[in-house]
Amino acid sequence: MNHGTHELVEHLFRAESGRMLAALVRILGARRIELAEEAVQDALVRALRTWPIRGVPTNPRAWLATAAKNAALDQLRRARETDDHESELVVWSVREGRSFELVHDDELADDTLRMMFLCCHPDVPEEARATLILKTVGGFHVKEIARAYLATEEAIAQRLVRAKRRLVEGGASFEWPPEAELAERYDAVLEALYLLFNEGYSACSGEELLRADCLKEALRLASLLATHPATRSPKVDALVALMCFQASRSRARVDDAGNVLLLEDQDRRLWDRALIARGFRHLERATVANELTTYHVEAGIAACHAAAPNFEATDWERIVYFYDLALERNDSPVVRLNRAVAIAERDGNWAALAELDELEHHPRMARFFLFFAVRGELERRAGRNDRAQRAFERALELPCTAPERELVQRRLARCTGSAPTIFGTTGKR
Amino acid sequence: MNQYLILLHDRKDFGSDLSPEDMQRIIGEYVAWSERLRSAGKLLGGEKLCDGEGKVLREKSGKATVTDGPFSEGKEVVGGYFLIQAESYEEALGLCRGNPHTKYGGTLELRRIEVLDGH
Repeated sequence: MNHGTHELVEHLFRAESGRMLAALVRILGARRIELAEEAVQDALVRALRTWPIRGVPTNPRAWLATAAKNAALDQLRRARETDDHESELVVWSVREGRSFELVHDDELADDTLRMMFLCCHPDVPEEARATLILKTVGGFHVKEIARAYLATEEAIAQRLVRAKRRLVEGGASFEWPPEAELAERYDAVLEALYLLFNEGYSACSGEELLRADCLKEALRLASLLATHPATRSPKVDALVALMCFQASRSRARVDDAGNVLLLEDQDRRLWDRALIARGFRHLERATVANELTTYHVEAGIAACHAAAPNFEATDWERIVYFYDLALERNDSPVVRLNRAVAIAERDGNWAALAELDELEHHPRMARFFLFFAVRGELERRAGRNDRAQRAFERALELPCTAPERELVQRRLARCTGSAPTIFGTTGKR
Repeated sequence: MNQYLILLHDRKDFGSDLSPEDMQRIIGEYVAWSERLRSAGKLLGGEKLCDGEGKVLREKSGKATVTDGPFSEGKEVVGGYFLIQAESYEEALGLCRGNPHTKYGGTLELRRIEVLDGH
């Protein structure tokens, strides 16, 4: 056998497919994004057919880059396009052949960042941006994205096709956004990563491992923005801090039976201390300027939880303060609802119920699952079981995820007194 | 000790619908298999045949023909081979077990290499 058998780095194919795609799009132009995707897929399939017999080559990345270059050239010729990109493709694949250390990290990061900016081009529909990043930068397959985010493959595939068509038709460029558009595009990228992270974090019924991978990818990309000289900012530091704090609780937030555990029921020994420390480092950097964004506020709240040794020791005063800051920026009923939960811990259930009374007539709350779930819990704690029951029952009529439904059903069972058999959590109260 | 050839018949479209992550995992399974045989001294070699090309030579009533192929016939083509050594078909079969090829829709064909004294 000619090849040695080298261990492949975990997720190498996923990472390489993102890197190769970005390089190919840089060389061939954004309008050939689909050709580039096919070339990457060809290269990976070629490896899949060859490496099982010949073994893994000494330099897998160089092998893949050469295969992708050849596939791209084949396709250009087949499409009878001028191959004036040939020399650039050759230079790229040769460069990949050199040892990893010789390739400048910034150069690699630059392609990845530009790809993210392309995915968040104004021509791309907002709801497709995070998906497009996962697919193109992250190297995730349509079916993996579908499984992680509980969508159908067709829906994801269609979203991607539409997004790419818009990019091609609009003539979007892979170049760094012009100065005048940079701020807006930058915010769009942060927003997409935030969504990517949040949707993955709250979609509790998707496939656990895949979802964790998607979250990690969002964190990796946000960290890249936070460390690259051209893109770092207090804002992105706040976003990374928020992601670190949230991600640190991944292992504690679901019990063995798959039930979602709220903060008060989580075993804090399972929180990832290294991630929390990383979160605080970014939070510190996020506060060097006087800028205050939604990410700052959310990271601040998450930091209060991360810093508390147990639920009782949580600094609710500070959390309420952060919610007040959030309300100054954006007076939304959802923020008010969250603030009411903090008020309950700080000032007691009756104070929180008074807040809810004020919110009750807001049209958005009338059909909001969480409003009734919170109301039910506060009523139950206040000893008004009949009211609690009505609120929980109303909550169950509204759209929510399966784990949320289960959580409310468990709470409902507690206040109606029927002994539930599916208790996954330890009922502390 | 006998030598056996393992012919790997591949599904032609294999891999086209797999995610990068799946592909890497599958490669890992094959590599684990060949490593196991190699460390037991059973694996002698293996080569990959070029995909999507090949010639088929035939002669009919004295007329020679050459066609491109054999990929036009059927859904499977021989994609490559391993050469192993074993005492018997039984042992060789045992060695084939655990090769992921069949799990992913391919076929393995196991053939003993004939050795004639005096040749």
